Amino acid sequence: MLSTLLPEFKIERDDSRCIRCKVCVRQCGFKTHRYDEEDDTICSSEENCVGCQRCAVMCPTNALTIKPHDWGYRPNANWSKDHFRELHRQAESGGVILTGSGNDKPYRIYWDHIVLNASQVTNPSIDPLREPMELRTYLGRKPEKVEYDPVNKKVYADMPPQVMIEVPIIFSALSYGAISYNAWKALLMAAKEAGTLCNTGEGGWPVELRGYSNRVIAQCASGRFGVDLDYLNSASIVEIKIGQGAKPGIGGHLPGEKVSSDVSLTRMIPEGTDALSPAPQHDIYSIEDLSMLIYALKEATHYEKPISVKIAAVHNAAAIASGMVRAGADIIAIDGIRGGTGAAPKIIRDNVGIPVELALASVDKRLREEGIRNQASILVAGGFRNSGDIIKAIALGADAVYIGTAALVAMGCTICQKCYTGICNWGICTQDPYLSKRLNPEIAKRRLVNMIRGWSLEIKEMLGGMGINAIESLRGNRHHLRGVGLEQWELDVLGIKGAGM
Amino acid sequence: MKNLSQISNPFNDDKVIANCGLFGMMSLEKNTFSGSDIIKAIANMRVRGNGLGGGFAAYGIYPDYADLYAFHIMFQSRSAKEQTESFLEGSFKIVAKEEVPHRYAIGVSDPPLVWRYFVETPKGVSDEYADDYVVEKVMIINTKIDDSFVFSSGKDMGVFKGVGHPEDIGNYFCLEDYSAYIWVSHSRFPTNTQAWWGGAHPFSILDWTVVHNGEISSYGTNRNFLEMRGYYCTMHTDTEVMAYAVDLLIRRHRLPVDIAAKIMAAPLWTEIDQIDDEEEKQQLTVLRQVYSGLLINGPFTVIIAHQGEMIGLGDRVRLRPLVAGIKDDMLYLSSEEAPMKLIRPDLEYTWIPKGGEPIIGKLDTKEVIYQNKPVQVGVNKDAVNIAA
Repeated sequence: MLSTLLPEFKIERDDSRCIRCKVCVRQCGFKTHRYDEEDDTICSSEENCVGCQRCAVMCPTNALTIKPHDWGYRPNANWSKDHFRELHRQAESGGVILTGSGNDKPYRIYWDHIVLNASQVTNPSIDPLREPMELRTYLGRKPEKVEYDPVNKKVYADMPPQVMIEVPIIFSALSYGAISYNAWKALLMAAKEAGTLCNTGEGGWPVELRGYSNRVIAQCASGRFGVDLDYLNSASIVEIKIGQGAKPGIGGHLPGEKVSSDVSLTRMIPEGTDALSPAPQHDIYSIEDLSMLIYALKEATHYEKPISVKIAAVHNAAAIASGMVRAGADIIAIDGIRGGTGAAPKIIRDNVGIPVELALASVDKRLREEGIRNQASILVAGGFRNSGDIIKAIALGADAVYIGTAALVAMGCTICQKCYTGICNWGICTQDPYLSKRLNPEIAKRRLVNMIRGWSLEIKEMLGGMGINAIESLRGNRHHLRGVGLEQWELDVLGIKGAGM
Repeated sequence: MKNLSQISNPFNDDKVIANCGLFGMMSLEKNTFSGSDIIKAIANMRVRGNGLGGGFAAYGIYPDYADLYAFHIMFQSRSAKEQTESFLEGSFKIVAKEEVPHRYAIGVSDPPLVWRYFVETPKGVSDEYADDYVVEKVMIINTKIDDSFVFSSGKDMGVFKGVGHPEDIGNYFCLEDYSAYIWVSHSRFPTNTQAWWGGAHPFSILDWTVVHNGEISSYGTNRNFLEMRGYYCTMHTDTEVMAYAVDLLIRRHRLPVDIAAKIMAAPLWTEIDQIDDEEEKQQLTVLRQVYSGLLINGPFTVIIAHQGEMIGLGDRVRLRPLVAGIKDDMLYLSSEEAPMKLIRPDLEYTWIPKGGEPIIGKLDTKEVIYQNKPVQVGVNKDAVNIAA
């Protein structure tokens, strides 16, 4: 069948600059560039190009420019380029359109409509270069109060397990299998060095990397890939994955192409088979089932580790979260509509779920109203791009945030959204050894640690500006936020005033 | 329900912003003295206030009714007084009542009625529950009965406050006629509230009083924490949050003052990390974990008092002033040193306490505790930095 698809990207090669070094040919895993020895020229198959910019970055003479194709179809406000393209692809294949990364549709990004406060006159701002500024956070269920023993002059608390993070930024669930071994290892090393945590995702945890660090959140997802006692007990936190922001309501799908021998070993599944996580956890059809799994995991880990439950942000997130806390979750993680994925049906990614800002605001409020906010920490995920987004999330009530896409970008990702293909020219989202060795774990770790450091410094500056010297004094402190360009209902859900009020 | 926030915070700002002058004095021997000195002292810091609020708390002033709850209540209408009195009659046995004596004074305009009632809790209320019973009734008067507001509700103590400079308020309430062993005073500089007598400091519940200088940048977080535990921050002021935090920690959670101070002005993590004693480290860590929502962030100094104790505390990075002084049986706490010297020219020992370190004057042991040990004037050099 003749393909009616036009290329997505246009490749412009400045022939006066091209030295025929063939770097671009070797760098492109999608086989876009090809050297023609006879003509001593490099040809490009634009239909293969995903716009990842790897060739352009690596070209020593900057001879390449890759840009979105300006198609000549008649402009149509209803039928966008994407609609055309997807429908043509489906007409050719009869399949579900897959994609990777987070939702790229222009849903309102509330972070961009919220502004922060700063101290003037009545309250001094604090200079973090000269004064202490604390970002340390403890995750886990907190008791209602401490007891004081006047005889020994000591306080006692029946303290559930707590996990300390030096910065309220955690690497989100990125499974080994979805991402390369080197990328996964870089996250593990960076989490240790930055004093934070990384999340295994649902792909297990290579045995040889367990002794290296326990700064890990071990996920127990519906496929139970790689889950055994040692896996659970090697981690700091165990997380039950109910849902994912990029694909609420459906399970995971790691294509067989990505299930290499090492991945198969770690996931405990046959090599080359699709790793399919069921849509629900088949032992959780109701809230009491969740409670049983939570306590099964607590038993398995001797009540020494907080148990987190992660859900996608959906309409009744507040009520669901309340149930989760009552079911015994020590941490609740909420992943919003802009959360990333290694592979998901595009129609789900683009249409299901709600923005995490709204879900967070309603969950934090509901837990406070029910008097149980101290019983769980709140983690939020889904599209955090910089430290400004993060500090706003904390002021809305989060204890810490999960960053996934941002971590990938720090390692080199350009969000080309082709994670599901198993080919990643940046060596991040692939199991092809030729591609994955491009990512040096040491350098990737350095880039991740640098990002955390830079964001920490920025958060400290903003905190100091608000006259606050400890992150816990901003948590849920919505007085420091104002909305700009929002409707009243949105302000009401966010629990903030409009700017100027 | 009446909307106190509309009265206290008419512009509907996040909260009432006020900055202030504080003064407190206590006899560790329980010698009583009149209010003349403290009026003189607080008047010396006139520039710290702007005439929109002044007030006093005095302890030991009602020895004849020492076992009865003394309610100081302001009314802005006759009907408010009638309603409140009938509510009090239904809730308590009123042993005595009278209008709080006052005189016409320059600088005080439009004063409300202020009455005092000496009451007993009804028979059915056990001693153990009596305080909670009183708190509940005070909350009802403050939130449900229009134009009524309880200044104070403790035993053998009282709050006198209003709109004006504190010296004018002191003069209005004839404070030179009272004898107390603790006096606390406050001069207020609010920036966004109109004149309302209930909004002046001290804030009080039972015999606890708080005077406060500062602007709490953690206000929203603190308020969330307290509201989750049944406190309704109806007035939108920092001081209200302070008063409730003190009530929660000390009265309801039964923590001693020094531990409450370690919660509200928590030691820095870097300081905790450096402690060698594992048990102490663990204690401080637990306090910060459980009560992270009560860390009071931003600039503040408070003087907290109740029967038998007066406590001074500043924020952990010391963004508001606090000076302490000791002479004979007297402990002085003040925003500035000058007023102490004004009323006590022979005062020799004054010092500026470290941020987050409470100074606690205790009647039972007749000691001043600072940095967890008694201050021995002239001996304990590390505690006392001689102002000379």
